[in-house]
Amino acid sequence: MIVSRRWLEALLGRPLDARELAESLTMHAAAVDAVIPRHQDLGDVLIGRVLDVQKHPNADRLSLCRVDAGGAGGPVEVVCGAPNVQAGKTYPYAPVGATLPGGVKLERRKIRGVESNGMLCSAKELGLGEDHAGILELDTTAPPGSRFLDVVPVADHQIVIDVPANRPDLLCHKGVARELAAVLGGTVKLPPIPAPAGGTARAGGDAALGGPRGAPSRRGGGTATAAEPGVAAGRSRPAAATSGVVDGVEVRLEDPEGAPRYMIAVIRGVKVAPSPGWLSGRLTAIGQRSINNVVDATNYILFELNQPLHAFDLAKLNGPAVVVRRAKPGEKIVTLDGLTRTLTSDMTAICDAKRPTIVAGVMGSADSEVSPATTDLVLECAYFQPTRIRRTRRALELSSESSYRFERGIDMLGMPDALRRAIELIVAVAGGELREPPLDLWPEPQQEKTIFLRPERVAHLLGVPVEPAEIERRLTAVGFFLAPKDGRLAVQVPGWRPDVTREVDLIEEVARLKGYDAFPDELRPYRPGTVPDAPEELARARVREGLVRLGLLEARTIPLGPPDGPDSVTILNPLSAEEAHLRRRLLPGLVRRVEHNWANGNRDIRLFEVGTVFRKPAGSPVEEWTSVAAVLTGARQPPHWSQGAKLPDMDIWDLKHHFELAVELAAPGCNVEPATGGEVGWVAVQPGGDVVGQAGPLEADAPAWAVPLFGLEVRLALTGRSPVAYRPLPVQPAVEHDVALVLPAGVSVAQVAAVLQRAVGPLLERLEVFDEYRGAGIPAGHRSVAWHCTFRDPERTLREAEVKAALAQGLVALEDELGVRRREG
Amino acid sequence: MRDLLAALTELRERLQEIPQADERRLQDLKTEILGRKAGTLTQILGRVPKLDPSSRKEVGAAANALKREFEAAFAARERELKRAAGSVTGLDLTMPGRAVWRGGLHLVTQVVNEICDIFRELGFTRAVGPEAETERYNFFALNFPKDHPALDAQDSFYLGDGLLLRTHTSPVQIRTLERYPPPIRVVIPGQVYRRDPFDASHSPVFEQIEGLAVDEGLSFVDFKATLATFARRFFTADTRVRFRPSFFPFTEPSAEMDVQCQICKGAGCATCKQTGWMEILGSGLVHPAVLENCGVSSERYSGFAWGMGPARIAMTRHGIADIRLLHESDVRFLAQFAGGVR
Repeated sequence: MIVSRRWLEALLGRPLDARELAESLTMHAAAVDAVIPRHQDLGDVLIGRVLDVQKHPNADRLSLCRVDAGGAGGPVEVVCGAPNVQAGKTYPYAPVGATLPGGVKLERRKIRGVESNGMLCSAKELGLGEDHAGILELDTTAPPGSRFLDVVPVADHQIVIDVPANRPDLLCHKGVARELAAVLGGTVKLPPIPAPAGGTARAGGDAALGGPRGAPSRRGGGTATAAEPGVAAGRSRPAAATSGVVDGVEVRLEDPEGAPRYMIAVIRGVKVAPSPGWLSGRLTAIGQRSINNVVDATNYILFELNQPLHAFDLAKLNGPAVVVRRAKPGEKIVTLDGLTRTLTSDMTAICDAKRPTIVAGVMGSADSEVSPATTDLVLECAYFQPTRIRRTRRALELSSESSYRFERGIDMLGMPDALRRAIELIVAVAGGELREPPLDLWPEPQQEKTIFLRPERVAHLLGVPVEPAEIERRLTAVGFFLAPKDGRLAVQVPGWRPDVTREVDLIEEVARLKGYDAFPDELRPYRPGTVPDAPEELARARVREGLVRLGLLEARTIPLGPPDGPDSVTILNPLSAEEAHLRRRLLPGLVRRVEHNWANGNRDIRLFEVGTVFRKPAGSPVEEWTSVAAVLTGARQPPHWSQGAKLPDMDIWDLKHHFELAVELAAPGCNVEPATGGEVGWVAVQPGGDVVGQAGPLEADAPAWAVPLFGLEVRLALTGRSPVAYRPLPVQPAVEHDVALVLPAGVSVAQVAAVLQRAVGPLLERLEVFDEYRGAGIPAGHRSVAWHCTFRDPERTLREAEVKAALAQGLVALEDELGVRRREG
Repeated sequence: MRDLLAALTELRERLQEIPQADERRLQDLKTEILGRKAGTLTQILGRVPKLDPSSRKEVGAAANALKREFEAAFAARERELKRAAGSVTGLDLTMPGRAVWRGGLHLVTQVVNEICDIFRELGFTRAVGPEAETERYNFFALNFPKDHPALDAQDSFYLGDGLLLRTHTSPVQIRTLERYPPPIRVVIPGQVYRRDPFDASHSPVFEQIEGLAVDEGLSFVDFKATLATFARRFFTADTRVRFRPSFFPFTEPSAEMDVQCQICKGAGCATCKQTGWMEILGSGLVHPAVLENCGVSSERYSGFAWGMGPARIAMTRHGIADIRLLHESDVRFLAQFAGGVR
């Protein structure tokens, strides 16, 4: 919502500082996103009167003007190229040294041999319009030398307010002014409508600005003198009926659900023309386009009072009738933007005897629009049901300033006042007359809501005492009406505050008007909560910490991606086909991140992620859990000069170690076993046999220089790890023994270890593979595996002979069970 | 005896030659003074046993003390020469050390942890909830009206069966209130989803931290104090904080908290759009309807809640202009915040 500082000043009857008002709104009502100065850059420009005009001695198209700019040194000589310069007229004059819009600083210079002391300016040079064919003629009695901005009221600020969805009252100048009055002091009064100049509205651009050659227009703006209403608008007649006739126009309210209150006025004899300068000036100041006097008048009321109005051409209505009804399915209307819209029965339409003329609350039709030929107006002032408007707007993908306001809820009780002012304004700017009071169809009249407020509850929730007098003062300032009742306050809620429905809403009003900053912020004692830390969070933290210790960098990938199997969860309304599914594993996303790294020339990549994955097994609801994954490629260690140019890259054995640690962290109690089915890789298996993780080499879109990529993924278990039980450190010495064994094909190291461990018994403290060899001296298909064995008895010192005997026992078992023999020689 | 003591005094003078001696001279001196047979001091010591008992002790002690002094001086000079020799033989101590890969938490995780740790000091534990949520938890129990604009399909990702990807962490407020009795003090970190295409400042997925406190007698003052204390601990103790009105369906009064812009310290800069303030979180007192929806008496209990975006806070604090960097996982980016080598 954009409001104009000058417009607010007119409502408050006092000058405002743009910064101060923005700050007040931000701190008490709604955030101001921006304060945009308008035409503030004309501060150096003065009013200059041309005393006489002579031909330039050296140029036919230039003239030499003597200009009175109020200077003590008397008139100055100015060279001017404009064809419309005339002696005795007044123009904006920029003296030497002035800075003009765009930052150009004016210097004294010679033009065709004659020195020019400043310049007379065109509208374009001042940023006030596109016209640069001639200089800007002013109609003012201000003395020469006056500041241009003091005489021509174009300097303004646009205040851009981020109005929250619950505050429709802030969508107009009156509502914003009301808040400012409550905070800064003052009262809000609608500014009088300027009297029409010479009986009819005159053409004009911005306030006080004539065209370069055009007729001068009157000075206007908020400083204009008060005017009497053009005609007595007359009181409308609220009617519980759903139909009536006003000035020969039949009005039927057939959809009171969609339009709970509906008012129509008929104004005859208007003259559609460009708006007077003050009116178009108000609208352009907030970034709206001026269209004509009638449309501008309705828009003015919209931005002044937040009441959308619709004026349409009586001559174009069949009947003539105004019927408010649900649209018929498939009914068509060509809206003002020229598009054909198809309506549904969920929408309210304003129709004549034959066809829809307005999509209620959203947009009118092109063929009932006010045109230059229009003389008789039908003026609609309605309350449309917010939900209905929202659905219509969405269905038609068509929004307007009106729909935006109806959706948020306008002031149903303020409609007669708004309509009265609209009529007054239209008559003032476009002429015409109201022959009958407006018709007011309101089948179920409503009253202001009353809410009870307990003063002690205010103090309870706000944490500081607030005097009842202060409560009353704050609430009254923004339009609430308070009366004590049974120890409570009965608070009447004004119609423009649909958001206030319960006691706590009033407490918020007190707090914000007092100012949140006014409350203390020292910590007070509190009771500890009953909620323990979520086990998920503890488990995730534990895994992250462990993987960081392994030297991995944490990634956070996007959980959206392509499908990854039949149980992928589908997003019904994705942003793109590539992101239409939720990930069911982390690895594919991490592989994409590795490819991204490769594309950036990164070779050594070690990433992990702890994140949510989703699945939807057929016929079951969506499941989600936390998964842990890592990808590894590149050098095992950072390069170091002492080891030459190239260090070994990570291989499947690095992967296995990472996987074992990840499983230990994420799924304690699970075993890491070789993958079955001939694949290189491992799986993590729960004691019950369920596979909860896997690791192996990964396929990827790799550049030629990239080295193998490995990945692992484990489902995170929520069980905490049991505390580590201390094992006493050995006091007896160990006996170490190396032994090389020849393993036939098909015998695994794990099998050998299991047999040895069992056959030797607890004396074998530790078994460690330290070499593997195939080739000369070893039968084909066999391999030699060398072990480092540590023997120890916790109670006493072992003798060499005992160790040998124990080992021999193991070797016998190995030969018997696995055909494994000690390597000879 | 006198002559022996005089000889020792004379010999002591020679100590001064040692610090200047080069390697060869040092060997010569050693041989000359401490040589096993002909060393000057060795010979003096050899004569000690032959002295008469009265002077034996005195001379012996003096000679032995001098011997220790010489030994120490020779050893010191030898070490010195050796060290000098080392640098001469080419050990360049400015060469890089041998590293191991260093891992690191993602910047967003670090900030989440930092924030949650501060709230832990204020009595808040960590709670979580699902990312695929029901409309009831995501909207209706939070007092969103049935036709609230936030329910527009264009803002949320829908999964069917009444499920959507949660648009905020606030549904966990409801889940917590349903499961635990007051007093409740929790922070709720987690990923949330909005149907915004990726650009420099938007991501369809981002991290949020919710907070909720509910107990008897919690007021606007407790609310302000808790969040202002957080801000002063997270940023700096003298950081200025302001609260201003806002609107959320599930809080009343609602507020937004701004902190003094950390880039310009409040003077106004491009980051804070010249306001001097940075918006940090949306918050307010828990709406009584939310408590009632969870079966908690809104007369007896009150509380406050807030939500904030750690990714955005991280970006402003660390000067990261493009949110996509947080998800691209370029290892050079990640390593900057891991403090490690790459």
